[in-house]
Amino acid sequence: MNGKIKVAIIGSGNIGTDLLKKTVRSPILECTLFVGRNLESPGMKIARELGVHVSDKKIDAMIDNAHMYDIVFDATSASDHARHAEIFKRLGKFVIDMTPSKIGEMCVPAVNLSECLVLDNVNMVTCGGQASLPVAYAIGQTHQRVEYIEVVSSIASKSAGPATRSNLDEYIETTEEAIRKFSRCLRAKAIINLNPAEPCIDMQTTIYAKVQEPDLEALTKTLNRTITNMQSYVPGYQLVLPPTIEDGRIVVMVKVQGLGDYLPKYAGNLDIINCAAIAAAEEYAYKTAGIEKGA
Amino acid sequence: MSTVLISDPTLRDGSHAVRHRLTKEQMHSYMLIAEAAGIPIIEVGHGNGLGASSLQLGESLVPDEEIFKLASETLHHTKVGIHVIPGVATINDLKAALDLGVHVVRVASHCTEADITERHIAYALDRQREAYGVLMMSHMASVELLTQEALKMQSYGAQGVVIMDSAGVYLPNDVTERIEALTAALNIPVGFHAHNNLGLAIANSVAALRAGATILDATIRGFGAGAGNTQLEVLVAVLNKMGYTTHIDLPKLLEGANLAEQSIIGKVPTINSTSVVSGLAGVFSGFAKPVEQLSKKYNVDPHKVFMELGRRKVIAGQEDIIIEVVHEIAESEAERVDKIC
Repeated sequence: MNGKIKVAIIGSGNIGTDLLKKTVRSPILECTLFVGRNLESPGMKIARELGVHVSDKKIDAMIDNAHMYDIVFDATSASDHARHAEIFKRLGKFVIDMTPSKIGEMCVPAVNLSECLVLDNVNMVTCGGQASLPVAYAIGQTHQRVEYIEVVSSIASKSAGPATRSNLDEYIETTEEAIRKFSRCLRAKAIINLNPAEPCIDMQTTIYAKVQEPDLEALTKTLNRTITNMQSYVPGYQLVLPPTIEDGRIVVMVKVQGLGDYLPKYAGNLDIINCAAIAAAEEYAYKTAGIEKGA
Repeated sequence: MSTVLISDPTLRDGSHAVRHRLTKEQMHSYMLIAEAAGIPIIEVGHGNGLGASSLQLGESLVPDEEIFKLASETLHHTKVGIHVIPGVATINDLKAALDLGVHVVRVASHCTEADITERHIAYALDRQREAYGVLMMSHMASVELLTQEALKMQSYGAQGVVIMDSAGVYLPNDVTERIEALTAALNIPVGFHAHNNLGLAIANSVAALRAGATILDATIRGFGAGAGNTQLEVLVAVLNKMGYTTHIDLPKLLEGANLAEQSIIGKVPTINSTSVVSGLAGVFSGFAKPVEQLSKKYNVDPHKVFMELGRRKVIAGQEDIIIEVVHEIAESEAERVDKIC
C-alpha cells in the first residue's frame, strides 16, 4: 500500500495515454489498469513500459477487474460512454467522462469542483469550455445581468484529430450550454477555428460579453483569483488581454500552452481538458483518503 | 459555346463592406435586380456565412431567417445560395436555412481543413439541395495540398469545388496553375472566387476560365470585402466578348448596377493603399473594416497591423487576433515614446 488511490483508464488513444502520463506524476493517483481495443497501440506500449496492467477487452476488462480501481477516466466516445455509464454506476465507481456524452454534471475545477465530488459521474465539457468557462463564470459573478457571452477558440490543426473534426457541432452545442449554465447569461455562442500555421499556434480563446453595466475593476479582481486557481492545475494557462471594453463589450483573451506530456506542447486544447480531469480525480482521491491536500 | 455558371455573392460578400448592416429594403431591391437580369444564383447572409452574426465577426442587422424568408418570397428564377462554415454554423442552423427555401449550399473551410465540411455537405445532399465545397484563403496551401483537399470534398459528394482568393493575392499564373491542377484531378466542376486587392480580379477570373473553371463568383460593382470582388457587370461583358454564355441579360444588368450603386452600395469599393498592403500580406479581405476601425481608435498604422497579421498566418474567422495585434502595436509604440521622451 502506497496510500495512493487507484484509477483505471478506458480508451487508449491520445487522451487516455496523456492522462496515464499525468497520473504517474500525481502524488495521490496510481493508474492500475489501462484498457483499450488494441494491445499494439502506442498507448498500450507506454502503459506496459510503466508496468501498468493492460487489457484489450474493452468494457469487459473494467467489469472483470472492478476490484482494481476506484476512479475511472472514460476516454472512449460519447456513444460508448452512454453504455459504460450504467455499468460504472452499478460498480460504484467515480467516473470522469472525457467524451461529449453530456451524461454527468459538467465540471470545471476552478469553478465547481467541490459540488462535483459528491456525484458519481462528472463530465469535462470541451477544451474551449475548460478555457473559457472560468472567465464566463467570473463575468457572471461580477455582473447583475449578462445578456450574451460568446467564446471563440482557435486551435492548431494538428491538435484536432478525426473525432474532433467530425464533432464540431457537438463541440459548439456543448460549449454553449455550459456557458449559459456557468455564467447564467441569456444567450451564448461558440465558434471554433482550426489554424494550420507552422510552427503550430497555441490554443487561444477570446471571450466577449454584453452586460448592462460593465464593472472591469470587479471583474479583473475576480478573474485574477480565478486565473491563479486555474494555473495551479493548468500551468500553461495565461491571460493575453485582460478585461477590456471594445465597442461597448467586454473582451478577455487567454492562451493555453500544453505541458507536453504525451501530446505536443501546442496541443493546449487537449492538455487543458486532461489537466482538469486530473485535478478532479486528485481532489476526489484526497477526499476519499481523508487527507488534506498537500499534507 | 461554353457556359459559365455565375454565382453572385453581392448580398453576402458585400455585407463585409458595410459591416453586415444591409437593410431588408436594400436586399429586396437587389434581389429584384438579380431576378430581372437572370442571375442564376445569389448568395445571401452575413459576410462569413450562415450563423456568423457575432461579436467576433460583426453582428448582422437582419437575422438570417428573415433574409431567407425574404429571398424565397422574392426570387422565382434566381436560386438562393448560402455560405456555410462548419465551426461557425451547425447542422441545426443549416436545417433552419433549408426549411426556409435555401437551395444552394456552399460549405466552406480554410483551404487545408476540408474534412470538417463532410457532415454539412452530406446533410445538404440528403435534403436534395445543391452542395458545393469551398476552399477559402486558397493561397495558404500548396497546389498539391489544395488538390488533395478538393478531392476530399469531391468524395463527400460535393457537386463542384470553388477556390477562393480570399486575400486578393494571386497573379493570373497562380490561378492558372491551381485551376489546371484541380480540373485535372477532379471530375466535378471547378470554380473561382476573386478579390481585387491587386487589380486582377477580372484577369484572374479569365485565367481561371481558360484553365478549365466553369463557375465564377462576381458581385455588382465589385461590392465585397476589402478591395471588393470581381465586378459582375464587367465580367459578364468580358465573357460575352470572349464568346461565353452566362444566361445573364447584360443591358438589364448594367441598368441594375446603376440602381444598385445608389440603393445598396453607398461607397463603391476602391483599391486603396491599405488594400494593396493587405493583399501583399495575404490577409483575409474581410479584415479590412475591423482593422480600419481599430487602427483608428488606437492610432496605429493599419499597414503595420496587416503585416503582423500576415506574419502570424491568421485565417478567416480569427478576427479577435486583430484586437490583440492592435493592442500589442499600440503598447510597443507607447513604450518607444516613453524611451524617447
